[in-house]
Amino acid sequence: MSPTKQITQSSRKRIGKRQTELLAELCNALSVSGDEQEVREIVLREVKPLCQQVEVDAMGNVLATRIGSGQDKVQVMIAAHMDEVGFMLTQDDGDGIYGFSIVGGIDERQLVGKPVIVGREHVPGVIGAKAIHLTTPEERKTALKLEQLRIDLGPDGSGLARVGDRAGFATRFSEIGPSIRAKALDDRLGVFNLIELLRSAPENIDLLAAFTVQEEVGLRGARVAAYHFNPQIGIAVDSTPANDLPLYDEDSENTRYNTRLDHGPAIYLMDGATIADRRLAEWLMKTAEGEGIPYQIRQPNPGGTDAGAIHKTRAGVPSISVSVPQRYCHTAAGLIRKSDWEDTLRLLSAALSRLNSKILTPSEA
Amino acid sequence: MTIDLLPHLKQMLSAPGLSGYEDPIRDIIRTAWQPFCEEISVSRVGSLHALKRGDGPEPRPRVMLSAHMDAIGLMVTGITEGFLRITQVGGIDARILPGQMVIVHGQRDLPAMVVMPPAHLLPPEAGSGVVALQYLLIETGLRADEVEKLVRVGDVVSFAQEPLELGSSALAGHTLDNRVSVAAVTHCLDILSRRKHAWDVWAVASSQEEIGVTGAFTSPVDIQPDFAIAIDVTFAKSAGSSDWRTFPLGEGVTLAWGPNIHPALYTAITKTADELDIPYTREPAPSMTGTDAYAIQVVQSGIPCLLIGIPLRYMHTPVETVSLKDVRRAGRLMAEFISALPLDFMQTLEWK
Repeated sequence: MSPTKQITQSSRKRIGKRQTELLAELCNALSVSGDEQEVREIVLREVKPLCQQVEVDAMGNVLATRIGSGQDKVQVMIAAHMDEVGFMLTQDDGDGIYGFSIVGGIDERQLVGKPVIVGREHVPGVIGAKAIHLTTPEERKTALKLEQLRIDLGPDGSGLARVGDRAGFATRFSEIGPSIRAKALDDRLGVFNLIELLRSAPENIDLLAAFTVQEEVGLRGARVAAYHFNPQIGIAVDSTPANDLPLYDEDSENTRYNTRLDHGPAIYLMDGATIADRRLAEWLMKTAEGEGIPYQIRQPNPGGTDAGAIHKTRAGVPSISVSVPQRYCHTAAGLIRKSDWEDTLRLLSAALSRLNSKILTPSEA
Repeated sequence: MTIDLLPHLKQMLSAPGLSGYEDPIRDIIRTAWQPFCEEISVSRVGSLHALKRGDGPEPRPRVMLSAHMDAIGLMVTGITEGFLRITQVGGIDARILPGQMVIVHGQRDLPAMVVMPPAHLLPPEAGSGVVALQYLLIETGLRADEVEKLVRVGDVVSFAQEPLELGSSALAGHTLDNRVSVAAVTHCLDILSRRKHAWDVWAVASSQEEIGVTGAFTSPVDIQPDFAIAIDVTFAKSAGSSDWRTFPLGEGVTLAWGPNIHPALYTAITKTADELDIPYTREPAPSMTGTDAYAIQVVQSGIPCLLIGIPLRYMHTPVETVSLKDVRRAGRLMAEFISALPLDFMQTLEWK
């Protein structure tokens, strides 16, 4: 089936100034795995007016329940992780210079020469590199290792941070043309989308919203959140790599792109953590086709989302993931298309409206 | 008037001006220097010349202050599927490029970034180590058809990192090499506007230093200075950089010492620094300096040169870091030295 169906122009526009501003606030917040407070505060502010029950659990997950008024409701848990990859200061060299470790998966080659923010106060700092003039040609062929890098808060920066503080890239959210460029789009897009779904949740479901912690260090928050909610269905809303760049050899075609921008939400069938429930996949694809929303199948690849933890909880939870395709995940700045973001939200919203418990009934075929 | 150096410097850091493409930065410097100077002109190769007249009798001796204004950056070499391929303008270590914010100066300025393709899209040897410049791409966030309309091969690309204040006295950003030295010259002119000085002062924001010291080879021909002071950044100590070529950040300027430097001039300026307690370190420059002084010294019949260095961390990255204290010290040292120059100063310089 074609992943590039025409978008129906009648669809209601979902992404406007208010939505973009909230996503910007979420992305600019610093919320490294284990210290998700900045995003948690934003989430609590947004979801409290929308939900009957909101609690923060033992790990720091925000668990928000919006109860539908219909009959025969389906208990749907949707998870979006609040944490992001980043750094922790691990060593104080004095004079405002700190050694650091990576939290989550960041390629060391992405660190060099970047501005960073440190701690709750977002103290500005930089990760420097030796001047090219002082390097040998041999050195320039060897990637810099984490042990060689430092966060520099300036010569009078000693009192501004301490070992244990979290840090992240200092990139500010921006809109460029049809795209959005920001840090932590993985998974603030999911957090945003989940807040939006709570705003307009249909009455045929109980929406069990889990804003999870520690996804980037092992899907840990989702595990206990799923236990707590005990849902019938689990959905992780996340962001997944779009490796749709040209090959170095321009005569060949890149067939290993994982996902592609401008091709709509990415539906998972299999990743490194789970095989998606086939019935849920059908439900999402049929919804997209019925509503004229473009979608793509994420190429089966390693990697994983909160769905990997949810589906193994208690006696098992049929689960699936839907992601916004994103270039340059886990670097200083990712890039998405606004249209893919909007279509992801449209797909999830339409799918929830169509949901009933029959889709989990074993099919006769 | 007095100039507040931090906003002046931030304004300069936000302006593009790659080697050979200095128009935007030159306009800003011209506006900053105009109030202090009687004559301003642009050389045949784009350097800015500003004259602040002395009060000695004509013909007055002339000192030239040379700080290069050009920036390192990138240039577009190809467009493929909406991505740009690039080469460097000036010396750039490819290891600092992945993930850097840039501005592509196309039909309009496009916010963009340098990206490193995933390993499986690169040649096998490039995947896990340093990805060479030829394999890096620029992402504009625009779709391919739009990119084709807005960008051409040969368009230049500037770093886009906004200047960052670190703590209370340091500034980080791109192109602090060498806009901090331009700021030091501004500071010098500012001080001299409230002081008497017998000599004519020619402030020069030189062009194309990063690709062959072009401005510095040519400006002295127009100006005919009696001697020249080049001002440039030098290496500050930092993680991985601590040998004899590096100097503490924020603890004073350097005064270079070596074949590019006139020894008697060196002695004269150190006397000024000692008298006024302006901290400095002697910077050994055993061979060539890689600055404007290297060029100026051999123009025409030869010109005696000094070189003042402002220590800077992480040179030629977008997070170059200086201490504003050192920038002010460089400006003040020049102003004090110049205002004390007697008319017969050149006759007092002796080879010993």
